Amino acid sequence: MTAPERQSAGRRKLPLILNAVSVLLGIAIWWVLATAGFKLPTPLEVVSRAGTLIGNGTLGEDAVASLTRVLIGFALGTAAAIPVGFLMGWYSVLRGLIEPWIQFFRTIPPLAIIPLAVVVMGIDETPKIFVIFLAAFLACVISTFQGVVNVDRTLINAARVLGAKDVTIFARVVVPASTPFILVGMRVGLGSAWATLVAAELIAAQQGLGYRMQNAQLYYDLPTIFVGLISIGILGLLMDRVLLLAERKLTGWQERR
Amino acid sequence: MTTKTAKISVQGVTKIFALGRETFTALDNVSLDIADHEFVTVVGPSGCGKSTLMNILAGLETPTAGRALVDGSPVLGPGPERGVIFQQYALFPWLTVRQNVEFGLRTSGVPKGERRRRAEHFIEQVGLERFADALPKTLSGGMRQRCAIARAYAVDPSILLMDEPFGALDALTRVKLQEQLLHTWSQNKRTVLFITHDVDEAVFLATRVIVMAARPGRIYDVIEVDPAIERNEEFRLSSEFAALRKRVWHSVYHQEGRTAFQSASHSSTA
Repeated sequence: MTAPERQSAGRRKLPLILNAVSVLLGIAIWWVLATAGFKLPTPLEVVSRAGTLIGNGTLGEDAVASLTRVLIGFALGTAAAIPVGFLMGWYSVLRGLIEPWIQFFRTIPPLAIIPLAVVVMGIDETPKIFVIFLAAFLACVISTFQGVVNVDRTLINAARVLGAKDVTIFARVVVPASTPFILVGMRVGLGSAWATLVAAELIAAQQGLGYRMQNAQLYYDLPTIFVGLISIGILGLLMDRVLLLAERKLTGWQERR
Repeated sequence: MTTKTAKISVQGVTKIFALGRETFTALDNVSLDIADHEFVTVVGPSGCGKSTLMNILAGLETPTAGRALVDGSPVLGPGPERGVIFQQYALFPWLTVRQNVEFGLRTSGVPKGERRRRAEHFIEQVGLERFADALPKTLSGGMRQRCAIARAYAVDPSILLMDEPFGALDALTRVKLQEQLLHTWSQNKRTVLFITHDVDEAVFLATRVIVMAARPGRIYDVIEVDPAIERNEEFRLSSEFAALRKRVWHSVYHQEGRTAFQSASHSSTA
């Protein structure tokens, strides 16, 4: 290994070490606070409760139920947001027609839609998925639209002088050029989808991490609430990492500062 | 110059841009004929409409009045017979050098094997064969512009329109690319319209230098350079070159009493 290589390897390792130190420190502080008499379960209690919940299958079922809702809502949301964002960016007439609605619904937190969704759609899976869908859609549509609007005119001109017609320019210039924006939108969308989950599970759910936490609240069962919170955090982080990996793969051509 | 069958013919072209409530005359009744295989450079202060002229010929903008003809037919949009090279390189950053060079061949439906072969040829011609599979972000400015030149050449245009292609490069790279461009051009003659703000570059490359003036954008002076002269270092350092350079310099920087600095101070879409 040459000197600069060693240096860069060290530079890559350092943040990881700092991350680990920070996490351990956080758990230590939590532990101190819990034993000092704050109304907190100790990490040990939470771990043993997690063991029980995993052992009897509850945690697994809850996680699957919640993940299914989030993934369906998120998939539908981005699947709708990407074409709508492209249409808005490409055709100014459509932008004029669609934009006021998007801007209006963007100001309403998706959670505020829940009462309406329950009345209109009942209390089964539909309103839960709808609210998650809405959260993901709104986050993703704006950034897709921004991505299309921001495509460098020179690149479009370069494609035109190389004989590309509108369809080709769209497929081979606009789509790849706006991919970074779309992926950022998807990450934000996934974040808001996940954030909406717990509240969506307020609607007469029988399963799910959010439901389990609300149920635990009734019995003053703090360890279970902690298990739920930590599971949501870990699952959210994992999904974000997957998207980040996709982003690296798909947009590695970008010049990063 | 011969006008019987001009390769490019600009006839009374005027281009007026609306800037809010005001208007800006980028080109005022410009007429110009360029014969086949000519290498014409256009030099002038910012705001003289040289880029606008090129965009009109490229088919990216339409004139307010007058018309531009290529091979006798009016320019209605971009076409494969006119290759364009932009100052900002305009390479597709998500495509490799090879894929960039193949882009125009793909849009015109050239089959894969043929595409490969032709791209390879032009990549080699600009000396990028070692970087054929590299992404633009890994290339230097000079290498990017060479890739853009290969990309324009690959579709085999009879006309090359170059908008300050070496403007963003350092002086050493610029001289190298000028010589390379002339070398490529001498092997494979095309009609070239080359926009620049560099007097040396304008004189060195051209068989004819067109000096433009700003506000309104118009042709101010035309200086012929003997096409028989070999463009090499000897020419660059010769007294002949110095005399031409002086002549063009005066035309650019001392236009009718006002200095180019004044006319450039209100810079705009140039």
